[in-house]
Amino acid sequence: MSSGATPIVEARDISKRYGSVAALTDVSTSVSAGEVTCVLGDNGAGKSTFIKILAGFHRHDSGQLLLDGAPVEFSTPRDALDAGIATLYQDLALLPLMSVWRNFFLGREPTRWAWPLRRLDAATAKKNALEELRRLGINLRSVDQIVGSLSGGERQSVAIARAIHFGARVIILDEPTAALGVKQSAIVLRNVIEARDRGLGLVLITHNPRHAYLVGDRFLVLSLGRSLGEFAKSETSERHLTELMAGGAEFTELQAELEAAPARGAARGAP
Amino acid sequence: MAIVSAGRSIEQAGRIQSFRAAFAHPGSAAVIGAVGVFVFFAAQSGPFRSAAGISNWLDPASLFGISSIAVALLMIGGEFDLSAGVMTASTGLVAGLVGTQTGLNIWFDLLIALVFAVAVGTLNGLIVVSTSLPSFIVTLGTFLSLQGLNLGVTKLVVNQVYAGGLDQIHGYSSAHKVFASTINFAGGQFPISVVWWIGLIIFGAWLLGYTRFGNWVFSVGGNPTAARSVGVPTKRTKIMLFIGTALSGWLIGTIEAMRLAAVQATQGVGNELIFIVAAVIGGCLLTGGHGSVIGAALGALIFGMTQQGIVYLNWNSDWFFLFLGALLLAAALLNHFVRRYAMEARL
Repeated sequence: MSSGATPIVEARDISKRYGSVAALTDVSTSVSAGEVTCVLGDNGAGKSTFIKILAGFHRHDSGQLLLDGAPVEFSTPRDALDAGIATLYQDLALLPLMSVWRNFFLGREPTRWAWPLRRLDAATAKKNALEELRRLGINLRSVDQIVGSLSGGERQSVAIARAIHFGARVIILDEPTAALGVKQSAIVLRNVIEARDRGLGLVLITHNPRHAYLVGDRFLVLSLGRSLGEFAKSETSERHLTELMAGGAEFTELQAELEAAPARGAARGAP
Repeated sequence: MAIVSAGRSIEQAGRIQSFRAAFAHPGSAAVIGAVGVFVFFAAQSGPFRSAAGISNWLDPASLFGISSIAVALLMIGGEFDLSAGVMTASTGLVAGLVGTQTGLNIWFDLLIALVFAVAVGTLNGLIVVSTSLPSFIVTLGTFLSLQGLNLGVTKLVVNQVYAGGLDQIHGYSSAHKVFASTINFAGGQFPISVVWWIGLIIFGAWLLGYTRFGNWVFSVGGNPTAARSVGVPTKRTKIMLFIGTALSGWLIGTIEAMRLAAVQATQGVGNELIFIVAAVIGGCLLTGGHGSVIGAALGALIFGMTQQGIVYLNWNSDWFFLFLGALLLAAALLNHFVRRYAMEARL
């Protein structure tokens, strides 16, 4: 909305019910090329439902999904993938006991020679995997090493590089920093910036406002399936996001209570 | 000075890395085991290392090895097949009974047995992938059913517990040549099953390591959800693997039927565990996603050497299973630590 260009993906008033449970009600946001959109929310806020709709796993019940300004319907994850929307879940769809290059091309292996002698083109696969990783600024010792021997940040890099290599225009990252330490999280966020600078649109799902505010351009805060607002970076702050996520009013009240009664705590602390 | 030492340490790290990589290969424990078992028996027994002796232990190794390759591939794909052992009897019986009862050419009978094997393999695979029931249970069901069918149908048709007289079937001599003849080589007589086995080792290793299908096998065993999400046809891959083990049972069944010109309705029972033992010694994880065809072949080789070696040393063959059990445990432990070592191999 701030930039004049059409977003790659836009969600307008998306709603989704599971039986009688409203998982998502009238949620809107968008992601443009070279932008990072962050979707924030506590557990059960509807983040997962939202990305599953974007990724083609679920159909929304009402509202509109637009791809380059035109309405689309994704009936399978394959549809979303073909439209250039790649989703990286926490397991990253990587196999720890398989080598980096085998993981990189899994399901889309380059081959040479004709059937029945058709075989993996390992040389091409290794070369391409290494090049794509370098382009994202990642230097692995060798693409022959197994993914299980990589650090959490490096695994994320491999998954992102793979998505880019196979034509992703938008990458959705589901809690990429949730299981990582500070150093590894920094690697992941750096990858996000790197991918953004290469003109990709990124959707970062997280419950860490700190990480979100660091790299995000646009912020959608969800709570119990409803949007608490969508903000551009200039319209919000890390503190604001934290407060919204922490349940806003409820926690402000609790905070006020605690601050109003410091004496009791002190009294109990004293012998 | 500092630069030199830094250069050295990188070089050293690289060497440790390649050492680790070599050990990370799932078949490394099987290589050590095979060499160890060979040295153990060969050092104490001259006949064990003679051409005749080698032929003697290569024979059971090849028979178990044929299915251990298919079972290893299936295990890497994350599934079990307990019906693989009894399948050797079922396919032999199908061919034998059809041949002796109808008088049709043996090649046609073998083809019918092959179709039967593909059907059972497909059934195993379909049930597993469509219900997500553990393959251990599904194929245990198939195993018991086939065991019952083998006895029941054979008794019903020929009123005894074996199908004999296969050598009377038209075309027997040519089939015998292909599946049950011997080859003179280096002063020994080697069963042709060894050639089949070696051919299958090469085919299996190529399939697993150098084709798309092999990549898919690793992925459906390692993380089927991830595999599906990147477009791997996980169900088809698994069904193919079940057909593979059934077909390997057919090959063993055919070889044994052609050798003896008769098929016992009770044969093959218990062998399914030996295939799994060979695959595990060869580095296959029970949870899938990791393993090696060469390793499984070496596992079968260890089995053959031990079985015959005990005879050569004039030991009571009662000790055989103790020996095998200890080997299995040792290999499983070694594989476990080797894998952990490989997973930690980061710089």
